[in-house]
Amino acid sequence: MNKGKFGEYGGQYVAETVMSSLKELEAAYEHYSNDAAFQAELRDLLNNYAGRPSNLYYAEKMTKDLGGAKIYLKREDLNHTGSHKINNVLGQALLAKKMGKTRVIAETGAGQHGVASATAAALLGLKCEVFMGKEDTERQALNVFRMEMLGAKVHPVTSGTMTLKDAVNETLREWASRLDDTHYIVGSVVGPHPFPLMVRDFQKVIGIEIKEQMLKAEGRLPDAVIACIGGGSNAIGAFYDFIEDKEVRLIACEAAGLGVDTPKHAATMTNGTVGILHGMKTYFCQDVYGQITPVYSISAGLDYPGVGPEHAYLADMHRAEYVPVTDEEAVDAFRYLSRTEGIIPAVESAHAIAYTRKIAGVMGDDKIIVVNLSGRGDKDVASIARYMGVKINE
Amino acid sequence: MNKIEDAFSGKKALITFIMGGDPDIQTTEKLILAMSEAGVDIFEIGIPFSDPAADGPIIQAASVRALGKGCTADDLFSMVKRLREKITKPIVFLTYANSIFAYGKERFMERCRNSGIDGVVVPDIPHEEKDELSGVCEKYGITQIALVAPTSKERVEKIALGAEGFIYCVSTLGVTGIRDEVRTNITETISKVRSVSQIPCAVGFGISTPEQARDMAAVSDGAIIGSAIVKIIGEYGYDSVEPVKQYVARVRDAINQG
Repeated sequence: MNKGKFGEYGGQYVAETVMSSLKELEAAYEHYSNDAAFQAELRDLLNNYAGRPSNLYYAEKMTKDLGGAKIYLKREDLNHTGSHKINNVLGQALLAKKMGKTRVIAETGAGQHGVASATAAALLGLKCEVFMGKEDTERQALNVFRMEMLGAKVHPVTSGTMTLKDAVNETLREWASRLDDTHYIVGSVVGPHPFPLMVRDFQKVIGIEIKEQMLKAEGRLPDAVIACIGGGSNAIGAFYDFIEDKEVRLIACEAAGLGVDTPKHAATMTNGTVGILHGMKTYFCQDVYGQITPVYSISAGLDYPGVGPEHAYLADMHRAEYVPVTDEEAVDAFRYLSRTEGIIPAVESAHAIAYTRKIAGVMGDDKIIVVNLSGRGDKDVASIARYMGVKINE
Repeated sequence: MNKIEDAFSGKKALITFIMGGDPDIQTTEKLILAMSEAGVDIFEIGIPFSDPAADGPIIQAASVRALGKGCTADDLFSMVKRLREKITKPIVFLTYANSIFAYGKERFMERCRNSGIDGVVVPDIPHEEKDELSGVCEKYGITQIALVAPTSKERVEKIALGAEGFIYCVSTLGVTGIRDEVRTNITETISKVRSVSQIPCAVGFGISTPEQARDMAAVSDGAIIGSAIVKIIGEYGYDSVEPVKQYVARVRDAINQG
């Protein structure tokens, strides 16, 4: 396989201006990923700052209620800043610092990656600017304020559809104009090489922990690992250590919005075709002329028209399954997990819970499912209330 | 010799960019003919794209306007075919990779050849991904124009070796747009190109005044102007043909006097 490619996917489809910075990053990452001191420093941050390892929680009530497979929740929602995003951000921010960068920029959809970036920047003494689609700044106003509290500057992006993909475009533009002192903390397993590989490496701790914890709790591997997928960082993080364990089903739940047979969805694997955008070749929601089509999901974090190139490869290889979950199913699951387990999931993660509800009952009670609960739902309470037509004073 | 390289022989070339279909196909066609009369040597026509990540606000807005009118690659192929009855100067597409890829690389290049497109500039295909297109470009005789940037440094020679048509020298960091001052290490870049190739070098990004064009052309083989023209089109819309023609004529004069 070519460097930076997953099968035919991935690559470095970017303007020549940023190629030198990608090469610089590649070299630095290659060096520090094999550097014991760097790894120890990162491990210390993950354990003592972010709160790793995250719990693998046996959801007994949910298991009994669904009456089938035993369900475990990987509690990435309990990480500092409330989602798996911190794993990647601490890695990249530390790397940026080692590279002598003094400023980080990031795109964000739901705001979780922006908050995580602002947090790591505050901790490590880096300047931070976050680009966020204007529509998302409105949907996730609380996260905008959180980033500002952490000392970051938030730029609302008004180009295109004013959502995550446009925030990526704008962050790429910003990066191209200021490369010397700036590192772009890409938030998912997307973008040009080495980002998909590097972000996956920083997230693979999730799956490594799941495996250890599962062996300890059950003495065997799970039958399925389920995660939600937008760009795919929490999914690849949960899946990666199980790829060679062929008996473990890997299931990623993408946002079907109002339905995959309507124009209002973000179901890239279900409805997308292969294309080139944001530095990578992978699946995208697009028309026959390659115009990226507006995507929709109740979840800002899954509202992205592409998917990480490694996922495209895993899909082609039939190693992972990609299934659509609608807004309605996700909101039902959001409420269900809240009432059943007393855990309010991020609406993104609720997509994975929703699919678990569909399949747990038809799997035998000798089976085990691990759901990656990628984030917590505090940020979503207001939008869920709006969805349900409940008026609250925010 | 390559037809595009020919356009540089014996003079400093003026290369202009406009977005295809902005404000509509008919006006684009008229703009090309008017600019040809005003002394443009090579035309770059943009294929409007939903996510132009290498472009600044002026060209982004042009893309939005053209897409709003429903402009597609097919419309532009037909337009170029009509233009070919009137002008022979080189015409290249400036397009993001996805517009070619989604169309089908083979089919795209075949239609380029059949409609009279001479080359493509694809800002999101760097040297490392050149092979994505080089096979099909060669097959249909379409020149794939390479870009070098101020950050290219030791990459310049590698890019210049085997480059065809001309080298698009990006003058400054960042995206397309208009800049008060074009700061650049262009002479250094060009001497690196010269150490391995005699290919013409044209400078683009940020150039808006006739004086800037003159100065950039003086240290290279030509100047590329995009945003400054697209801005006039944005202001004057269907009535932009005359003001664009006048502006381009002034730039041509300045370059000739340089």
